Amino acid sequence: MKTLVRRFRPEQIRVLFLIILMLLMIGFFSIEIPGYFNARFINRVSTSVAVVAVLAVGQTLVFLTRNFDLSVGSIAGFTAYFVGQQLWFHKDIPPVAAVLLAIGVGMAMGSVNGVLVAYGRVPSIITTIGTLAIYRSLLVEYSHAVPITTNNLPTWVVDISAQSLFAIGKVEIRVLFAIMLAVVIIFQLMLSFLPFGRRLYAIGSNPDAARIAGFPAKRIVFLAFLMSGGLAGLAGFLFLGRYGNITVLAGAGLEFESIAAVVVGGVSNAGGSGTVIGAFLGALFLDLLQNSLFRWAAISEFWRDAILGMLVLLAVALDYVVFGRLKNLWARTELQLETEDSIDKPEVVTHVS
Amino acid sequence: MSANLTSSPKQSGGDHSLFSPVWQRLKSWEGMLLVLLFVIFTINSLLAPGYLGIGNQVNLFILSIEKVLVAITMTFLIINGEIDLSAPSIMGLAACVSAYLFANGTNFGAALLIAMSVGLVCGMWNGFWIARVGLNSLVVTLAMLICYRGLARVFLEDKSIGKFPEWFAALGQKNLIGPIPLALLLFLGLWVVAVIILQYSGFGRTVYVIGNSKDVARYSGVRVPRVKFLLYIASGLMSALAGLLLAARLGSVRGDLALGYELDIITMVLLGGVSIFGGSGTLYGVFLSIMIILNIRNGMSLANLSGHFQTGVIGILLILSVLGPNLVNDARTALNRRRFRHSQGSQGAQST
Repeated sequence: MKTLVRRFRPEQIRVLFLIILMLLMIGFFSIEIPGYFNARFINRVSTSVAVVAVLAVGQTLVFLTRNFDLSVGSIAGFTAYFVGQQLWFHKDIPPVAAVLLAIGVGMAMGSVNGVLVAYGRVPSIITTIGTLAIYRSLLVEYSHAVPITTNNLPTWVVDISAQSLFAIGKVEIRVLFAIMLAVVIIFQLMLSFLPFGRRLYAIGSNPDAARIAGFPAKRIVFLAFLMSGGLAGLAGFLFLGRYGNITVLAGAGLEFESIAAVVVGGVSNAGGSGTVIGAFLGALFLDLLQNSLFRWAAISEFWRDAILGMLVLLAVALDYVVFGRLKNLWARTELQLETEDSIDKPEVVTHVS
Repeated sequence: MSANLTSSPKQSGGDHSLFSPVWQRLKSWEGMLLVLLFVIFTINSLLAPGYLGIGNQVNLFILSIEKVLVAITMTFLIINGEIDLSAPSIMGLAACVSAYLFANGTNFGAALLIAMSVGLVCGMWNGFWIARVGLNSLVVTLAMLICYRGLARVFLEDKSIGKFPEWFAALGQKNLIGPIPLALLLFLGLWVVAVIILQYSGFGRTVYVIGNSKDVARYSGVRVPRVKFLLYIASGLMSALAGLLLAARLGSVRGDLALGYELDIITMVLLGGVSIFGGSGTLYGVFLSIMIILNIRNGMSLANLSGHFQTGVIGILLILSVLGPNLVNDARTALNRRRFRHSQGSQGAQST
C-alpha cells in the first residue's frame, strides 16, 4: 500500500482506468464487428476527435476554476462561418492568418464571457446559456442564412482534412490531429509548470484561500474564459477544415460533447483536479464509442446521446463516490508516512517543538 | 459542494441583505418590472392596434403555456438553490413516449398516463442523484439534458408522429369559460396553488431556508434531502405535463420538441427577481416577468424580427437580470463605504 501511494496519484489511477476501459471497448467491438480495427478506422477517429478535443482543452481550463462554458459550440460555429466567409471573399489569405483570425474572433467572444463571469459576478452557467443563444443568433443574423459550401472555399481549406504530415504504415498523422496534439501538449505543459496553470488549480480547489493568498482571482478566471474562447475559435477553424459546409447550425451541441469529454476524462467541477491529457482521453473515448456505435448493427445509432448523457452522470457519480474515498485513503496514508519519517529523524521533531 | 450555484469564485454571498431589507430590494425590483411591462405594452400597442385586448393576452399565454408551466417549478428549484436544466428534455421525452405508444396502438389515455409516469421517474432519478447522493445539480441535470433528449430520439428516431385524437388537440385551444381555454385555467390554478405553497406554507418556508443556507436548514431540523427530492419530482411531473400540452398544441411530435426551452424558462424565473444564488424571490415577480417575456417576444414578432433574433434578445435579458442587481449592489456598497469614510473623517476633524 505504501509503495503504491508513493508511486501513483489517484488521478493517475483514474486515467489508467479510462485507458483500460477504452482497450476493453476496442476488444469488445473487434469481436462484434468484422474488420473493425484497422488503419482506416484509426484515421477516421483521429480526424473526428480533433474538434471536440480542442474544445475540451478550453473547457478544462474553465472547469478547473469551478465554472462552465456552454457557449463554445456557438463560438466555434460563428468562427467557422466567419473565417469561411473571409476565405471565400479573399482567396489569398494565408493559412496562418486564417488560423489567427479564428483564434482572435474566438477570444473576443470568450472575453465577453470572462468579463461577465469574473467582473460582473454573473454565474458562468447563466452567462454562457445566455451567450450560447446570443452568439447563435449573431451567426444567423450575420449569415442571412446563406450557407458556406466547399465550392466557395480555397482548395487548401477543403484538402486540409485529408492531408497528412507523415504516415506510419497505413496509419496517417493528419494535419488536424497534429494541431490538436500540439494544443493538448502545450496546455498540459502550461497547467503543470507555469504559475498561471497552478493558480487555476488553486482557485478551483479553494477560491477563498486563493483570494486571501493574494492571487488575482478575477483576472485568472477571466483569462480562463478568454483562452476557452480562443480554443473554441481554433476548433471552429478545424470544423471548417473538416466539414467545409457551414450552415447556421454549425457546431450546435458541441458544448455538451466537450463537457462530456471533460467529465469522463476526470476533470472535476467541484474544482481543482483534472488534466488536459485526461480531457483528451475523455474526448477520444467518446469519439471511439460514437464511431463504434455507428457501425454496430445491434442497436440504432440514435442511442448515442442517451449513452453520452448516462456516461457523464456515471463518471461524475464514480468520481464522487469511489475516487473521493480513494483520495481520502491517499491523504491518510501519506500522513502516516510523514509521521513515520519524522520519528525516524528525531532532529526534525525537536525542530518542530 | 454545498452551494451549487455559487460557482463563480467571488461569492461571499448574501451581503446585500445586511445593508437593505430583502423585501425592499424585491419591491423595487418588482416596481421596475411593472414599469418595463408598461413600456412594452405601450410600444406594442403603437405597433398593433387592439393589442391590449384580453383575447390577445390569453393567446400569448396559450402559445407559450408549456414554458410558463415549467417556470413555476423552476422557481421553486432556483429559490431552493438548485436548478433543473433537464426540464425541456423531459418535456420532449414525455411527448415522444406518448406519441410512440399511441402510434403503436396503445390506448391514448393509457399512453398519456405512461408519459406522465415517465416524467415522474425522470424527476425521481434527478432527485436521487442530487438530493440523496449529493451530486452537483448543474452537472447532473446537464447530463440528463443530453440523456433524456437522446432517449426521446431513440423512440421517434427522425420521424414525426401526429394525428392525435381530436379531444387532445382541442385541449389547449377550446375555450372553457369565456375566452379562457383549459390550458390557461390549468396554469392559473397551478400558479395559485404554487403561491399558497411557496409563499404561505411551512413547506415554502423550508424551501427558502434551504436556499439561504443548506447547513442552517439541516441544523434546524429541516429534512433537506426530502424537500429537494420532492421538488425534483414536481419538476419532472410538471415538465411531462407541459410536454404533453405542447404536443397537443403542435398536433405532432418530433424528437427535438422543446429543444432549447431552458433559456426562456430560466430567464422567466431570474428576471422575476429570483436570486440565482437561492433564498430569495417570489412567484409574483415571476408572474410579472412571464408577462414581460411573452409580450416582448410578441412585440418583436410584430416588428418582423426573426425567432433567432428574439432568442438572442432573451439571452441578453437573462444576463442582465443577474448582472443588473449585482451592479446595483456594487454601487450601493461603494456608496455606503464612502458615506462611512466621510462620517469617520468628519469625526476625526471634530476630535482635533
